[in-house]
Amino acid sequence: MAQIRLERLRKVFGRVTAVADVSLDIAHGEFMVLLGPSGCGKTTILRCLAGLERPDAGRVFIGDDDVTLVPPSRRGIAMVFQSYAVFPHMTVFDNIAFGLRMQGLPAQTIRERVGEGAALLQIDQLLDRYPAQLSGGQRQRVAVARAIVMKPQVLLMDEPLSNLDALLRLQMRTELKRLHHEVRSTTVYVTHDQIEALSLGERIAVMKDGQIVQCDAPARVYDLPANRFVGSFIGSPPMNFLDGTLRAGPDGAVVEVQGARLRLPPRAAGAGRGDMPVHVGIRPEYIALSLTPVADAVAGRVVVLEPIGSQMLVTVRAGADLIKVTAPVEFHAEADREVWMRLDPSRVRLMDVRSGEALDGRDA
Amino acid sequence: MTTPARQALRAAAIVLIAAWVLLPLLLIVLASFATRSQIYAWPRPLLPSPWSLETVRFFFQAQGVLGSTVNSLFVAALTIVLSVAIGAPAGYALARFSFRGKEGLRLAILGTKMFPATILAVPLAVTFITWGLYDTLLGVAFVHTALALPFAIVITTSVFAGVPFDLEEAAMTLGCSRLQAFRRVALPIALPGLAAAAIFTFVLSWNEVFAASLLTLRNRTLPALVMSAIGGLGSGAPLDYRFAAGFFMIVPALVIILIIRRYLLTLWGVTVR
Repeated sequence: MAQIRLERLRKVFGRVTAVADVSLDIAHGEFMVLLGPSGCGKTTILRCLAGLERPDAGRVFIGDDDVTLVPPSRRGIAMVFQSYAVFPHMTVFDNIAFGLRMQGLPAQTIRERVGEGAALLQIDQLLDRYPAQLSGGQRQRVAVARAIVMKPQVLLMDEPLSNLDALLRLQMRTELKRLHHEVRSTTVYVTHDQIEALSLGERIAVMKDGQIVQCDAPARVYDLPANRFVGSFIGSPPMNFLDGTLRAGPDGAVVEVQGARLRLPPRAAGAGRGDMPVHVGIRPEYIALSLTPVADAVAGRVVVLEPIGSQMLVTVRAGADLIKVTAPVEFHAEADREVWMRLDPSRVRLMDVRSGEALDGRDA
Repeated sequence: MTTPARQALRAAAIVLIAAWVLLPLLLIVLASFATRSQIYAWPRPLLPSPWSLETVRFFFQAQGVLGSTVNSLFVAALTIVLSVAIGAPAGYALARFSFRGKEGLRLAILGTKMFPATILAVPLAVTFITWGLYDTLLGVAFVHTALALPFAIVITTSVFAGVPFDLEEAAMTLGCSRLQAFRRVALPIALPGLAAAAIFTFVLSWNEVFAASLLTLRNRTLPALVMSAIGGLGSGAPLDYRFAAGFFMIVPALVIILIIRRYLLTLWGVTVR
C-alpha cells in the first residue's frame, strides 16, 4: 500500500515560505493534482515528496514509512520532470532501462520491462535513437516510460505537459489518464493548468501562497469553490463575482443583487444569518441571458461577443461589474444592447466580503 | 561611411590581423622543412626545394632535446591531472551550488591571473629550494597547475553549468545516490568539455617558458631548453635549430586549439558555431 501523508510540511527559501505547514493525505492508487499559480509551492511539495528537497519542518510518509530524511533513491518513487530530463548521452532504450539497471535486475527482465513500457507509450520504434533525434512529444513519452517501468509505489509528475504544444498536450493528457488506469500507482501531479487538473485529478488540491486552500474532487472544486481565489482560478472563463446583500426573509434566505432578488434553496448558503453584504459568485454557464425584461434578473449592457466554438462568450456590464456569460452560439446582440441576466439561485456561491471565504464552507 | 566601404575596411582589417598571426607561422613551417644551406642562403627561396627533414632531424639530435620533450610531456601530464582533479570539483561547485561569497570567489580565481609571475619568481625559487622542489619536474608541474587552474575552473564551471541539474535529480529518483548520479549522468555528459579543459591545460604547460626556465637547471622542459639554447650568452643556436624548435613548439598548440575551439567559444555562455 502506498498512501501518502504529509504532516505540517514546511519549506522556507530565504525569506520566502514556499510551503507553510501543509498537511495532506493521499489514498493508495489515487490521482492527486496539486494546482495553483506559479510560486504557490506546489512543485516544492512534490520535490519534498521525491526527496529532492529537505523540508524545514514536518514529516512525509509513504506507505507506513516516515521517509522525511530518506534519499530519493530509496523512496520507491519515480518522477517525470517538467524538462523531461531525458539523458542525452543514452539511447531511448538505455534511458528507460536506467532505473531498472540501478536495481540490478537481470538483463532479460530489463529487456522485457523496457519493451512493455515502450509499447505502453507507443515508442517501441524509437528504442535505438538518441534523445536529440526525438521530437518534444516523443521525449516526453520516454520520460514517462522511464518512470513507469520502475513500477513505482508513487509516481510524481511535475508539469509534464507544459512544454508540449496544445494539440499534443490534449493527446498526452488522455494518455496519462489511460496509463493511470492501467498502472494504478499513487500519482501526484503538479500543474498550473486548471483544465488539466479538472480532467486528470481524482482530487485536486488548490494551492495559494504555500497553503492548500481547497482539496476536493474536481466537480466540487469547480462547483463549490472554497473561496474567491479558487472560484476565480478555476474555470475558463472563471467565476463571476457581483456585490450583493444577504437577507434573512420569513420563508428562507434571499440575496439581493442590483435590485434582483434571488430566493436561495432552503438549506443553502448562509441561511439563518442576519443581513450582511456578500460577494455573489456565479459561473458563466449558470446565467441565463434574455433580450426582454425578466423578473428578478440583473440588467446590464452587452460589451462584446466572443464566439468560442461551441458557445458564445458574452461580456455584460452591470453597474461597475463586467460579467462573463456563456450563451448558445446562435445568441446575437449588438454592443450596448440592454440584456437581462437570470442567475440560477441553486448555483450561486456566496463569499464573505472581507475574508473572501465561502459562507457555507465546503459542505453546501 | 557607405556600407561597401565599411565592408572593404573590415575585410582589410581581417586580412591584416590574420597575416600578422599567420605569416610568421608560415615562415617557420617552411623554414623547418628546408635544408640548412637553404635557410642561410640569400636571397632565401620562399618554398623549400627540395623539401627536407634535415632540419627537424638536426633539432632532435641536438643535445637534451629528446630528454626535454619527455620532461615536457611528463610535466604537462601531471599538470593536467592536478588541474582537473582540483579544477573540476571547484567548477562543479561553482556551477551547482549557491553559497555565500560565490561571486567573490569567482572573481578572486580570475584575479590571480592579474598577478605578474615575475614578482613571484624569486620568492618561489627560494621556497622551492628550501622545500627540495627546485629543479624537479614536480615543482614545475605545481607552478603550471597554479597557472592553469583559473582557466580549468572557468572552463569546467561552464561545462557543468551546461549539464542541467534536472538530469542528476532524475538519476537520483531512479535509484542513484548523489555520487552515482554524478558519475553516470553528469560526468559522461561533461566529458568532452572536461577534455577540452585538459587539452587547454596541456597547451599552457607545453608552452610555458618563464617558470620552467627559472625553476630548473638540468631537468629542463622543452621551452626552457630552447629558450636557453637561443638566448644563451653570445652563443645563440643556429637558425635551423630555432626554426625546427619553433615548429615543434607551435604545432601541438595549434592543432589542439583548432580541436577545442568550439568549447572555448562556448565559454561565456554563448555558442558560436
